[in-house]
Amino acid sequence: MSRPLLEVRNLKIDFETHDAVVDAVHALDFTLERGEALGIVGESGSGKSQTVLGLIGLLAPNAKISGTATLTGSGKQGDIELLSAKPRILRKVRGARIAMIFQDPMTALNPHLKISTQMIEVLRAHRGMGRREAMQAAIDMLEAVRIPEAARRIKYYPHQFSGGMRQRVMIAMALSCEPEILIADEPTTALDVTVQAEILDLIDELRARTHTALILITHDLGVIAGQCSRALVMRRGDLVEHGPIEQIFRAPEAQYTRDLLAAIPRLEG
Amino acid sequence: MISRKRDSLENAARGNSLGRDAWRRLKANRAAMASLVLLGLITLAVVVGPWLSPFNYYSQDYDAIWTAPSWASGHFFGTDAVGRDLFVRTLNGGRISLMVGIVTTFVSLIIGVTYGATSGYLGGRTDNLMMRIVDILYSLPFMFFVILLVVFFGRNLLLLFAAIGAVSWLDMARIVRGQTLSIKQQPYIEAARMAGAGTPGIIARHIVPNLLGLVVVYVTLTIPQVILFESFLSYLGLGVQPPATSWGALINDGTSEMSVAPWLLIIPSIFLAVTLFCFNFIGDGLRDALDPKDR
Repeated sequence: MSRPLLEVRNLKIDFETHDAVVDAVHALDFTLERGEALGIVGESGSGKSQTVLGLIGLLAPNAKISGTATLTGSGKQGDIELLSAKPRILRKVRGARIAMIFQDPMTALNPHLKISTQMIEVLRAHRGMGRREAMQAAIDMLEAVRIPEAARRIKYYPHQFSGGMRQRVMIAMALSCEPEILIADEPTTALDVTVQAEILDLIDELRARTHTALILITHDLGVIAGQCSRALVMRRGDLVEHGPIEQIFRAPEAQYTRDLLAAIPRLEG
Repeated sequence: MISRKRDSLENAARGNSLGRDAWRRLKANRAAMASLVLLGLITLAVVVGPWLSPFNYYSQDYDAIWTAPSWASGHFFGTDAVGRDLFVRTLNGGRISLMVGIVTTFVSLIIGVTYGATSGYLGGRTDNLMMRIVDILYSLPFMFFVILLVVFFGRNLLLLFAAIGAVSWLDMARIVRGQTLSIKQQPYIEAARMAGAGTPGIIARHIVPNLLGLVVVYVTLTIPQVILFESFLSYLGLGVQPPATSWGALINDGTSEMSVAPWLLIIPSIFLAVTLFCFNFIGDGLRDALDPKDR
Protein backbone atom coordinates (compact mmCIF):
# COMPACT_ATOMS: atom_id res chain seq x y z
CA MET A 1 0.00 0.00 0.00
CA SER A 2 2.95 2.26 -0.20
CA ARG A 3 2.34 3.26 -3.77
CA PRO A 4 -0.36 5.84 -4.47
CA LEU A 5 -3.46 4.76 -6.36
CA LEU A 6 -2.95 7.36 -9.04
CA GLU A 7 0.31 9.06 -9.83
CA VAL A 8 0.35 11.93 -12.31
CA ARG A 9 3.69 13.25 -13.52
CA ASN A 10 4.41 16.19 -15.75
CA LEU A 11 0.92 16.32 -17.25
CA LYS A 12 0.63 18.73 -20.15
CA ILE A 13 -2.41 19.44 -22.27
CA ASP A 14 -2.38 21.63 -25.36
CA PHE A 15 -5.18 22.46 -27.73
CA GLU A 16 -4.33 23.10 -31.34
CA THR A 17 -6.76 25.56 -32.83
CA HIS A 18 -6.63 26.99 -36.32
CA ASP A 19 -4.34 29.86 -35.55
CA ALA A 20 -2.78 29.12 -32.19
CA VAL A 21 -1.77 26.51 -29.70
CA VAL A 22 -3.50 26.98 -26.36
CA ASP A 23 -1.75 25.35 -23.46
CA ALA A 24 -4.48 24.46 -21.01
CA VAL A 25 -2.39 22.59 -18.46
CA HIS A 26 1.37 22.65 -18.06
CA ALA A 27 3.52 20.32 -16.04
CA LEU A 28 1.12 19.17 -13.40
CA ASP A 29 2.23 16.65 -10.77
CA PHE A 30 0.03 15.10 -8.15
CA THR A 31 -0.81 11.83 -6.49
CA LEU A 32 -3.94 10.32 -5.09
CA GLU A 33 -3.97 7.72 -2.33
CA ARG A 34 -6.60 5.05 -1.93
CA GLY A 35 -9.68 6.41 -0.20
CA GLU A 36 -8.30 9.94 -0.12
CA ALA A 37 -10.21 13.07 -1.02
CA LEU A 38 -8.30 15.52 -3.17
CA GLY A 39 -9.69 18.90 -4.10
CA ILE A 40 -8.82 20.83 -7.24
CA VAL A 41 -9.69 24.50 -6.95
CA GLY A 42 -9.39 27.21 -9.52
CA GLU A 43 -11.26 29.81 -11.48
CA SER A 44 -12.92 29.18 -14.83
CA GLY A 45 -10.41 28.23 -17.49
CA SER A 46 -7.75 27.21 -15.01
CA GLY A 47 -7.58 23.74 -16.57
CA LYS A 48 -9.06 21.78 -13.69
CA SER A 49 -11.73 20.04 -15.73
CA GLN A 50 -9.39 19.41 -18.66
CA THR A 51 -6.96 17.73 -16.29
CA VAL A 52 -9.40 15.04 -15.27
CA LEU A 53 -10.86 14.64 -18.73
CA GLY A 54 -7.32 14.14 -19.97
CA LEU A 55 -6.71 11.40 -17.42
CA ILE A 56 -9.55 9.31 -18.75
CA GLY A 57 -9.02 10.05 -22.43
CA LEU A 58 -12.10 12.16 -23.06
CA LEU A 59 -10.46 15.33 -24.33
CA ALA A 60 -11.57 16.98 -27.56
CA PRO A 61 -9.88 15.52 -30.65
CA ASN A 62 -7.63 18.56 -31.13
CA ALA A 63 -6.00 18.12 -27.73
CA LYS A 64 -2.44 16.96 -27.29
CA ILE A 65 -1.54 15.39 -24.01
CA SER A 66 1.83 14.34 -22.62
CA GLY A 67 3.33 13.14 -19.36
CA THR A 68 2.38 10.05 -17.41
CA ALA A 69 -0.58 9.05 -15.28
CA THR A 70 -0.28 5.64 -13.69
CA LEU A 71 -3.26 3.89 -12.23
CA THR A 72 -1.93 1.29 -9.83
CA GLY A 73 -3.20 -2.20 -10.55
CA SER A 74 -5.57 -3.99 -8.29
CA GLY A 75 -5.56 -7.73 -7.71
CA LYS A 76 -4.39 -9.58 -10.82
CA GLN A 77 -4.37 -6.50 -13.02
CA GLY A 78 -1.12 -4.70 -13.53
CA ASP A 79 -0.60 -0.95 -13.57
CA ILE A 80 -2.29 0.97 -16.32
CA GLU A 81 -0.65 3.93 -17.98
CA LEU A 82 -3.75 6.00 -18.66
CA LEU A 83 -2.34 8.47 -21.15
CA SER A 84 -1.03 5.87 -23.57
CA ALA A 85 -3.57 3.10 -23.01
CA LYS A 86 -5.55 1.71 -25.90
CA PRO A 87 -9.14 2.93 -26.17
CA ARG A 88 -10.40 -0.59 -25.49
CA ILE A 89 -8.57 -0.72 -22.18
CA LEU A 90 -9.55 2.82 -21.24
CA ARG A 91 -13.19 1.93 -21.81
CA LYS A 92 -12.92 -0.77 -19.21
CA VAL A 93 -11.35 1.66 -16.76
CA ARG A 94 -14.04 4.28 -17.26
CA GLY A 95 -17.09 3.60 -15.23
CA ALA A 96 -15.59 0.54 -13.58
CA ARG A 97 -12.47 1.88 -11.87
CA ILE A 98 -12.82 5.61 -12.43
CA ALA A 99 -16.32 7.05 -12.38
CA MET A 100 -17.45 10.60 -12.79
CA ILE A 101 -20.26 12.87 -11.64
CA PHE A 102 -21.00 15.82 -13.86
CA GLN A 103 -21.85 19.37 -13.10
CA ASP A 104 -25.35 19.54 -14.48
CA PRO A 105 -27.61 16.67 -13.50
CA MET A 106 -30.36 18.09 -15.70
CA THR A 107 -28.52 17.21 -18.88
CA ALA A 108 -26.20 14.37 -17.90
CA LEU A 109 -28.96 11.77 -18.10
CA ASN A 110 -30.40 10.70 -21.42
CA PRO A 111 -33.94 12.12 -21.46
CA HIS A 112 -35.25 9.32 -23.67
CA LEU A 113 -34.21 6.39 -21.50
CA LYS A 114 -35.56 5.29 -18.16
CA ILE A 115 -33.28 5.48 -15.15
CA SER A 116 -33.36 1.69 -14.89
CA THR A 117 -32.15 1.28 -18.49
CA GLN A 118 -29.28 3.67 -17.95
CA MET A 119 -28.18 2.14 -14.67
CA ILE A 120 -28.55 -1.46 -15.74
CA GLU A 121 -26.48 -0.89 -18.83
CA VAL A 122 -23.47 0.23 -16.83
CA LEU A 123 -23.75 -2.69 -14.42
CA ARG A 124 -24.09 -5.23 -17.18
CA ALA A 125 -21.17 -3.84 -19.11
CA HIS A 126 -18.71 -3.62 -16.24
CA ARG A 127 -19.75 -6.22 -13.75
CA GLY A 128 -21.15 -8.83 -16.11
CA MET A 129 -24.43 -9.00 -14.28
CA GLY A 130 -27.62 -10.48 -15.66
CA ARG A 131 -30.60 -8.23 -16.21
CA ARG A 132 -32.41 -9.25 -13.05
CA GLU A 133 -29.33 -9.07 -10.88
CA ALA A 134 -28.38 -5.67 -12.30
CA MET A 135 -31.91 -4.38 -11.67
CA GLN A 136 -31.68 -5.39 -8.03
CA ALA A 137 -28.24 -3.84 -7.67
CA ALA A 138 -29.49 -0.63 -9.25
CA ILE A 139 -32.45 -0.46 -6.88
CA ASP A 140 -30.14 -1.06 -3.91
CA MET A 141 -27.91 1.74 -5.13
CA LEU A 142 -30.84 4.14 -5.44
CA GLU A 143 -31.88 3.25 -1.92
CA ALA A 144 -28.34 3.96 -0.79
CA VAL A 145 -28.60 7.48 -2.19
CA ARG A 146 -31.90 7.80 -0.30
CA ILE A 147 -34.34 7.91 -3.14
CA PRO A 148 -37.64 6.94 -1.59
CA GLU A 149 -39.55 4.11 -3.24
CA ALA A 150 -36.56 3.26 -5.36
CA ALA A 151 -38.11 0.12 -6.83
CA ARG A 152 -40.91 2.19 -8.31
CA ARG A 153 -38.97 5.31 -9.20
CA ILE A 154 -36.27 3.42 -11.06
CA LYS A 155 -38.74 3.11 -13.91
CA TYR A 156 -39.12 6.87 -14.20
CA TYR A 157 -37.60 9.06 -16.87
CA PRO A 158 -35.05 11.69 -15.82
CA HIS A 159 -37.46 14.61 -16.16
CA GLN A 160 -39.66 13.09 -13.48
CA PHE A 161 -36.97 13.79 -10.88
CA SER A 162 -35.98 17.08 -9.33
CA GLY A 163 -32.47 18.44 -9.79
CA GLY A 164 -31.20 17.19 -6.44
CA MET A 165 -32.72 13.76 -7.01
CA ARG A 166 -31.13 13.55 -10.43
CA GLN A 167 -27.75 14.35 -8.98
CA ARG A 168 -28.35 11.55 -6.48
CA VAL A 169 -29.19 9.25 -9.37
CA MET A 170 -25.93 10.30 -11.03
CA ILE A 171 -24.07 9.45 -7.84
CA ALA A 172 -25.81 6.10 -7.63
CA MET A 173 -24.83 5.37 -11.22
CA ALA A 174 -21.26 6.46 -10.71
CA LEU A 175 -20.79 4.41 -7.57
CA SER A 176 -22.73 1.35 -8.70
CA CYS A 177 -19.62 -0.34 -10.08
CA GLU A 178 -17.67 0.40 -6.91
CA PRO A 179 -14.98 2.47 -8.61
CA GLU A 180 -11.66 3.16 -6.95
CA ILE A 181 -11.72 6.79 -7.99
CA LEU A 182 -14.73 9.07 -8.14
CA ILE A 183 -14.29 12.30 -10.06
CA ALA A 184 -16.83 14.95 -9.15
CA ASP A 185 -16.72 17.90 -11.52
CA GLU A 186 -18.52 20.75 -9.76
CA PRO A 187 -21.15 18.33 -8.47
CA THR A 188 -23.16 20.92 -6.60
CA THR A 189 -22.81 24.04 -8.72
CA ALA A 190 -26.14 23.60 -10.44
CA LEU A 191 -28.04 22.87 -7.24
CA ASP A 192 -29.69 24.87 -4.49
CA VAL A 193 -27.56 25.61 -1.47
CA THR A 194 -29.69 23.43 0.79
CA VAL A 195 -29.39 20.52 -1.59
CA GLN A 196 -25.64 21.06 -1.99
CA ALA A 197 -24.81 20.06 1.57
CA GLU A 198 -27.04 17.02 1.29
CA ILE A 199 -25.29 15.84 -1.87
CA LEU A 200 -21.82 16.40 -0.43
CA ASP A 201 -22.68 14.49 2.73
CA LEU A 202 -24.06 11.68 0.66
CA ILE A 203 -20.91 11.44 -1.43
CA ASP A 204 -18.86 11.39 1.76
CA GLU A 205 -20.92 8.69 3.38
CA LEU A 206 -20.93 6.36 0.39
CA ARG A 207 -17.27 6.91 -0.23
CA ALA A 208 -16.42 5.87 3.29
CA ARG A 209 -18.39 2.69 2.79
CA THR A 210 -16.70 1.68 -0.45
CA HIS A 211 -13.30 3.19 0.30
CA THR A 212 -13.36 5.18 -2.92
CA ALA A 213 -10.93 7.99 -3.56
CA LEU A 214 -12.39 11.32 -4.58
CA ILE A 215 -11.18 14.05 -6.89
CA LEU A 216 -13.42 17.02 -6.24
CA ILE A 217 -13.27 19.82 -8.75
CA THR A 218 -14.76 23.12 -7.71
CA HIS A 219 -14.28 26.85 -7.57
CA ASP A 220 -15.85 26.91 -4.14
CA LEU A 221 -13.27 26.82 -1.37
CA GLY A 222 -15.99 26.16 1.18
CA VAL A 223 -16.85 22.86 -0.48
CA ILE A 224 -13.21 21.83 -0.51
CA ALA A 225 -12.81 22.67 3.16
CA GLY A 226 -15.60 20.36 4.19
CA GLN A 227 -14.68 17.42 2.02
CA CYS A 228 -11.00 17.15 1.23
CA SER A 229 -7.84 16.45 3.11
CA ARG A 230 -5.57 17.86 0.43
CA ALA A 231 -6.05 20.38 -2.33
CA LEU A 232 -4.46 21.65 -5.51
CA VAL A 233 -4.92 25.27 -6.45
CA MET A 234 -4.72 25.88 -10.17
CA ARG A 235 -4.58 29.02 -12.22
CA ARG A 236 -4.24 29.29 -15.98
CA GLY A 237 -2.95 25.75 -16.25
CA ASP A 238 -0.33 26.16 -13.55
CA LEU A 239 -0.22 24.51 -10.19
CA VAL A 240 -0.18 27.44 -7.81
CA GLU A 241 -0.29 25.65 -4.53
CA HIS A 242 -0.51 22.09 -3.32
CA GLY A 243 -0.85 20.96 0.24
CA PRO A 244 -2.96 19.76 3.15
CA ILE A 245 -6.21 21.58 3.53
CA GLU A 246 -5.26 23.22 6.85
CA GLN A 247 -2.19 24.74 5.33
CA ILE A 248 -4.11 26.15 2.40
CA PHE A 249 -6.65 27.78 4.64
CA ARG A 250 -4.42 28.84 7.56
CA ALA A 251 -1.15 29.68 5.89
CA PRO A 252 -1.50 29.96 2.15
CA GLU A 253 1.82 30.36 0.41
CA ALA A 254 0.74 31.74 -2.90
CA GLN A 255 -0.71 35.18 -3.39
CA TYR A 256 -3.40 33.72 -5.63
CA THR A 257 -4.64 31.41 -2.90
CA ARG A 258 -4.81 34.34 -0.54
CA ASP A 259 -6.83 36.24 -3.15
CA LEU A 260 -9.19 33.31 -3.51
CA LEU A 261 -9.70 33.16 0.23
CA ALA A 262 -10.24 36.88 0.39
CA ALA A 263 -12.87 36.55 -2.30
CA ILE A 264 -15.18 34.65 0.03
CA PRO A 265 -17.76 37.22 1.09
CA ARG A 266 -18.18 37.82 4.81
CA LEU A 267 -20.77 39.64 6.78
CA GLU A 268 -18.91 42.46 8.46
CA GLY A 269 -20.18 44.28 11.43
CA MET B 1 -65.00 5.70 -13.41
CA ILE B 2 -63.17 5.88 -10.13
CA SER B 3 -61.69 2.46 -10.57
CA ARG B 4 -60.53 3.43 -14.04
CA LYS B 5 -58.88 6.47 -12.67
CA ARG B 6 -57.07 4.47 -10.05
CA ASP B 7 -56.03 2.05 -12.72
CA SER B 8 -54.46 4.79 -14.78
CA LEU B 9 -52.74 6.19 -11.73
CA GLU B 10 -51.21 2.83 -11.04
CA ASN B 11 -50.14 2.67 -14.63
CA ALA B 12 -48.42 6.00 -14.36
CA ALA B 13 -46.79 4.93 -11.15
CA ARG B 14 -45.51 1.71 -12.57
CA GLY B 15 -43.70 3.67 -15.23
CA ASN B 16 -44.62 2.60 -18.69
CA SER B 17 -42.48 1.59 -21.60
CA LEU B 18 -41.85 4.35 -24.10
CA GLY B 19 -44.06 2.57 -26.62
CA ARG B 20 -47.06 2.06 -24.36
CA ASP B 21 -46.79 5.55 -22.98
CA ALA B 22 -46.57 7.10 -26.43
CA TRP B 23 -49.59 5.08 -27.51
CA ARG B 24 -51.60 6.36 -24.56
CA ARG B 25 -50.84 9.93 -25.52
CA LEU B 26 -51.42 9.31 -29.19
CA LYS B 27 -54.88 8.03 -28.31
CA ALA B 28 -55.67 11.38 -26.74
CA ASN B 29 -54.90 13.17 -30.00
CA ARG B 30 -58.16 13.14 -31.96
CA ALA B 31 -56.83 14.22 -35.34
CA ALA B 32 -54.13 11.58 -35.23
CA MET B 33 -56.51 8.86 -34.13
CA ALA B 34 -59.05 9.75 -36.81
CA SER B 35 -56.27 9.69 -39.38
CA LEU B 36 -55.04 6.37 -38.10
CA VAL B 37 -58.50 4.86 -38.41
CA LEU B 38 -59.04 6.37 -41.85
CA LEU B 39 -55.66 5.19 -43.06
CA GLY B 40 -56.42 1.75 -41.67
CA LEU B 41 -59.70 1.69 -43.60
CA ILE B 42 -58.00 2.82 -46.80
CA THR B 43 -55.33 0.17 -46.37
CA LEU B 44 -57.94 -2.48 -45.71
CA ALA B 45 -59.98 -1.41 -48.72
CA VAL B 46 -56.91 -1.37 -50.90
CA VAL B 47 -55.88 -4.85 -49.83
CA VAL B 48 -59.23 -6.71 -49.87
CA GLY B 49 -61.39 -4.41 -52.04
CA PRO B 50 -60.27 -5.64 -55.45
CA TRP B 51 -61.20 -9.23 -54.55
CA LEU B 52 -64.75 -8.25 -53.63
CA SER B 53 -65.55 -6.51 -56.88
CA PRO B 54 -66.87 -8.47 -59.87
CA PHE B 55 -64.56 -6.45 -62.12
CA ASN B 56 -60.81 -6.51 -62.49
CA TYR B 57 -58.38 -3.73 -63.20
CA TYR B 58 -57.41 -4.75 -66.74
CA SER B 59 -60.60 -5.95 -68.46
CA GLN B 60 -61.95 -3.47 -70.96
CA ASP B 61 -65.65 -3.06 -71.65
CA TYR B 62 -66.35 -1.00 -74.73
CA ASP B 63 -70.08 -0.99 -74.01
CA ALA B 64 -69.47 0.98 -70.85
CA ILE B 65 -66.88 3.64 -71.55
CA TRP B 66 -67.01 6.82 -69.47
CA THR B 67 -69.82 5.55 -67.33
CA ALA B 68 -70.49 8.00 -64.53
CA PRO B 69 -70.31 6.64 -60.98
CA SER B 70 -73.51 4.86 -60.09
CA TRP B 71 -74.77 2.11 -57.82
CA ALA B 72 -77.00 0.65 -60.47
CA SER B 73 -74.29 -0.27 -62.96
CA GLY B 74 -72.03 -1.69 -60.27
CA HIS B 75 -69.31 0.75 -61.36
CA PHE B 76 -69.27 2.67 -58.09
CA PHE B 77 -66.59 5.07 -59.28
CA GLY B 78 -67.49 4.92 -62.96
CA THR B 79 -65.31 3.71 -65.82
CA ASP B 80 -62.53 5.17 -67.91
CA ALA B 81 -62.03 5.69 -71.66
CA VAL B 82 -61.73 1.98 -72.37
CA GLY B 83 -64.41 0.89 -69.95
CA ARG B 84 -62.24 -0.31 -67.08
CA ASP B 85 -63.85 -0.12 -63.66
CA LEU B 86 -62.39 2.80 -61.73
CA PHE B 87 -63.30 1.38 -58.32
CA VAL B 88 -61.04 -1.61 -58.77
CA ARG B 89 -58.39 0.45 -60.49
CA THR B 90 -58.29 3.00 -57.69
CA LEU B 91 -57.91 0.32 -55.05
CA ASN B 92 -55.35 -1.54 -57.11
CA GLY B 93 -53.44 1.67 -57.70
CA GLY B 94 -53.57 2.28 -53.97
CA ARG B 95 -51.83 -1.02 -53.37
CA ILE B 96 -48.93 0.05 -55.53
CA SER B 97 -48.78 3.60 -54.19
CA LEU B 98 -48.87 2.61 -50.55
CA MET B 99 -46.41 -0.20 -51.08
CA VAL B 100 -43.96 2.06 -52.88
CA GLY B 101 -44.42 4.72 -50.23
CA ILE B 102 -43.98 2.50 -47.21
CA VAL B 103 -41.36 0.04 -48.42
CA THR B 104 -39.16 2.70 -49.95
CA THR B 105 -39.42 5.00 -46.98
CA PHE B 106 -38.57 2.14 -44.67
CA VAL B 107 -35.48 1.33 -46.70
CA SER B 108 -34.40 4.96 -46.81
CA LEU B 109 -35.07 5.24 -43.10
CA ILE B 110 -32.79 2.36 -42.20
CA ILE B 111 -29.97 3.47 -44.47
CA GLY B 112 -30.37 7.17 -43.77
CA VAL B 113 -30.47 6.94 -39.99
CA THR B 114 -27.57 4.53 -39.73
CA TYR B 115 -25.45 6.50 -42.16
CA GLY B 116 -26.32 9.93 -40.80
CA ALA B 117 -25.91 9.03 -37.14
CA THR B 118 -22.59 7.29 -37.76
CA SER B 119 -21.25 10.15 -39.84
CA GLY B 120 -22.38 12.80 -37.39
CA TYR B 121 -21.17 11.01 -34.31
CA LEU B 122 -17.75 10.05 -35.64
CA GLY B 123 -17.16 13.54 -37.00
CA GLY B 124 -13.88 14.80 -38.38
CA ARG B 125 -12.49 13.20 -41.50
CA THR B 126 -14.87 10.26 -41.51
CA ASP B 127 -17.80 12.65 -41.41
CA ASN B 128 -16.30 14.69 -44.20
CA LEU B 129 -15.76 11.67 -46.40
CA MET B 130 -19.21 10.21 -45.74
CA MET B 131 -20.96 13.49 -46.43
CA ARG B 132 -18.99 14.11 -49.62
CA ILE B 133 -20.21 10.71 -50.84
CA VAL B 134 -23.75 11.91 -50.15
CA ASP B 135 -23.03 15.13 -52.06
CA ILE B 136 -21.80 13.15 -55.04
CA LEU B 137 -24.90 10.99 -55.03
CA TYR B 138 -27.01 14.12 -54.77
CA SER B 139 -25.36 15.60 -57.81
CA LEU B 140 -26.25 12.63 -60.00
CA PRO B 141 -29.24 13.68 -62.06
CA PHE B 142 -32.06 11.52 -60.78
CA MET B 143 -33.74 11.01 -64.15
CA PHE B 144 -30.49 9.97 -65.75
CA PHE B 145 -29.99 7.48 -62.95
CA VAL B 146 -33.46 5.98 -63.36
CA ILE B 147 -33.20 5.77 -67.15
CA LEU B 148 -29.86 4.05 -66.78
CA LEU B 149 -31.33 1.52 -64.38
CA VAL B 150 -34.26 0.86 -66.69
CA VAL B 151 -31.93 0.37 -69.65
CA PHE B 152 -29.83 -2.15 -67.79
CA PHE B 153 -32.42 -4.06 -65.84
CA GLY B 154 -35.68 -3.48 -67.66
CA ARG B 155 -38.85 -2.18 -66.07
CA ASN B 156 -40.08 -3.70 -62.90
CA LEU B 157 -41.54 -2.63 -59.63
CA LEU B 158 -38.57 -3.69 -57.57
CA LEU B 159 -36.36 -1.40 -59.59
CA LEU B 160 -38.73 1.43 -58.88
CA PHE B 161 -38.30 0.86 -55.15
CA ALA B 162 -34.54 0.74 -55.52
CA ALA B 163 -34.38 3.91 -57.59
CA ILE B 164 -36.55 6.01 -55.30
CA GLY B 165 -34.94 4.53 -52.20
CA ALA B 166 -31.50 5.35 -53.53
CA VAL B 167 -32.28 9.06 -53.61
CA SER B 168 -34.59 9.50 -50.69
CA TRP B 169 -32.16 8.23 -48.04
CA LEU B 170 -29.83 11.10 -48.83
CA ASP B 171 -32.14 13.69 -47.29
CA MET B 172 -32.67 11.49 -44.28
CA ALA B 173 -28.93 11.05 -43.81
CA ARG B 174 -28.32 14.79 -43.93
CA ILE B 175 -31.08 15.64 -41.50
CA VAL B 176 -30.06 12.89 -39.10
CA ARG B 177 -26.43 13.93 -39.27
CA GLY B 178 -27.30 17.52 -38.44
CA GLN B 179 -29.34 16.47 -35.45
CA THR B 180 -26.65 14.04 -34.31
CA LEU B 181 -24.10 16.83 -34.31
CA SER B 182 -26.13 18.67 -31.73
CA ILE B 183 -27.07 15.58 -29.71
CA LYS B 184 -23.49 14.46 -29.39
CA GLN B 185 -22.63 17.69 -27.58
CA GLN B 186 -25.11 16.80 -24.86
CA PRO B 187 -23.58 16.00 -21.49
CA TYR B 188 -25.32 12.65 -21.30
CA ILE B 189 -23.29 11.46 -24.27
CA GLU B 190 -20.14 12.40 -22.41
CA ALA B 191 -21.55 10.73 -19.33
CA ALA B 192 -22.16 7.57 -21.34
CA ARG B 193 -18.61 7.64 -22.64
CA MET B 194 -17.45 8.20 -19.11
CA ALA B 195 -19.36 5.13 -18.05
CA GLY B 196 -17.36 3.14 -20.57
CA ALA B 197 -19.84 2.81 -23.45
CA GLY B 198 -18.42 2.09 -26.90
CA THR B 199 -19.20 3.99 -30.10
CA PRO B 200 -21.77 1.54 -31.55
CA GLY B 201 -23.49 1.37 -28.18
CA ILE B 202 -23.71 5.13 -27.87
CA ILE B 203 -25.11 5.52 -31.37
CA ALA B 204 -27.70 2.80 -30.86
CA ARG B 205 -28.69 3.57 -27.27
CA HIS B 206 -28.23 7.28 -26.91
CA ILE B 207 -28.20 8.95 -30.31
CA VAL B 208 -30.91 7.07 -32.22
CA PRO B 209 -33.62 7.20 -29.50
CA ASN B 210 -33.14 10.94 -29.30
CA LEU B 211 -33.56 11.20 -33.07
CA LEU B 212 -36.87 9.38 -32.94
CA GLY B 213 -39.15 12.41 -32.82
CA LEU B 214 -37.48 14.07 -35.77
CA VAL B 215 -37.24 10.88 -37.80
CA VAL B 216 -40.89 9.97 -37.30
CA VAL B 217 -42.02 13.34 -38.55
CA TYR B 218 -39.68 13.14 -41.49
CA VAL B 219 -40.91 9.65 -42.36
CA THR B 220 -44.49 10.85 -42.51
CA LEU B 221 -43.34 13.58 -44.87
CA THR B 222 -41.28 11.17 -46.96
CA ILE B 223 -44.06 8.66 -47.58
CA PRO B 224 -46.26 11.17 -49.43
CA GLN B 225 -43.23 12.56 -51.21
CA VAL B 226 -42.29 9.11 -52.42
CA ILE B 227 -45.87 8.43 -53.52
CA LEU B 228 -45.75 11.61 -55.59
CA PHE B 229 -42.35 10.68 -56.93
CA GLU B 230 -43.67 7.36 -58.11
CA SER B 231 -46.53 9.05 -59.96
CA PHE B 232 -44.03 11.33 -61.65
CA LEU B 233 -42.02 8.36 -62.84
CA SER B 234 -45.15 6.58 -63.99
CA TYR B 235 -46.13 9.64 -65.95
CA LEU B 236 -42.85 9.53 -67.82
CA GLY B 237 -43.43 5.88 -68.56
CA LEU B 238 -40.64 4.75 -66.25
CA GLY B 239 -42.76 3.55 -63.39
CA VAL B 240 -45.86 1.42 -63.27
CA GLN B 241 -46.91 0.25 -66.72
CA PRO B 242 -50.52 -0.04 -67.90
CA PRO B 243 -52.75 -1.83 -67.35
CA ALA B 244 -51.27 -1.88 -63.84
CA THR B 245 -51.68 1.48 -62.20
CA SER B 246 -51.06 3.67 -59.19
CA TRP B 247 -52.80 6.74 -57.80
CA GLY B 248 -50.32 9.00 -59.48
CA ALA B 249 -50.82 7.30 -62.83
CA LEU B 250 -54.59 7.43 -62.44
CA ILE B 251 -54.53 11.14 -61.69
CA ASN B 252 -52.35 11.77 -64.70
CA ASP B 253 -54.79 9.86 -66.89
CA GLY B 254 -57.63 11.74 -65.28
CA THR B 255 -56.25 15.19 -66.06
CA SER B 256 -56.41 14.53 -69.79
CA GLU B 257 -60.06 13.51 -69.60
CA MET B 258 -61.09 16.05 -67.05
CA SER B 259 -63.75 17.72 -69.21
CA VAL B 260 -65.39 14.47 -70.34
CA ALA B 261 -65.18 12.37 -67.22
CA PRO B 262 -64.21 14.47 -64.19
CA TRP B 263 -64.60 11.51 -61.82
CA LEU B 264 -61.46 9.97 -63.32
CA LEU B 265 -59.50 12.85 -61.85
CA ILE B 266 -61.53 13.59 -58.75
CA ILE B 267 -61.81 10.15 -57.19
CA PRO B 268 -58.14 9.08 -57.26
CA SER B 269 -57.19 12.61 -56.16
CA ILE B 270 -59.42 12.32 -53.12
CA PHE B 271 -57.80 9.03 -52.20
CA LEU B 272 -54.31 10.41 -52.62
CA ALA B 273 -55.03 13.64 -50.77
CA VAL B 274 -56.78 11.93 -47.87
CA THR B 275 -53.94 9.45 -47.52
CA LEU B 276 -51.32 12.20 -47.52
CA PHE B 277 -53.30 14.18 -44.94
CA CYS B 278 -53.57 11.11 -42.75
CA PHE B 279 -49.82 10.58 -42.83
CA ASN B 280 -49.21 14.20 -41.90
CA PHE B 281 -51.63 14.15 -38.98
CA ILE B 282 -50.25 10.88 -37.72
CA GLY B 283 -46.72 12.25 -37.95
CA ASP B 284 -47.73 15.30 -35.99
CA GLY B 285 -49.41 13.20 -33.33
CA LEU B 286 -46.48 10.83 -33.09
CA ARG B 287 -44.02 13.64 -32.62
CA ASP B 288 -45.98 14.94 -29.65
CA ALA B 289 -46.51 11.46 -28.26
CA LEU B 290 -42.85 10.47 -28.46
CA ASP B 291 -41.51 13.49 -26.63
CA PRO B 292 -40.91 12.25 -23.09
CA LYS B 293 -41.02 15.76 -21.67
CA ASP B 294 -44.66 16.14 -22.57
CA ARG B 295 -46.03 13.41 -20.41
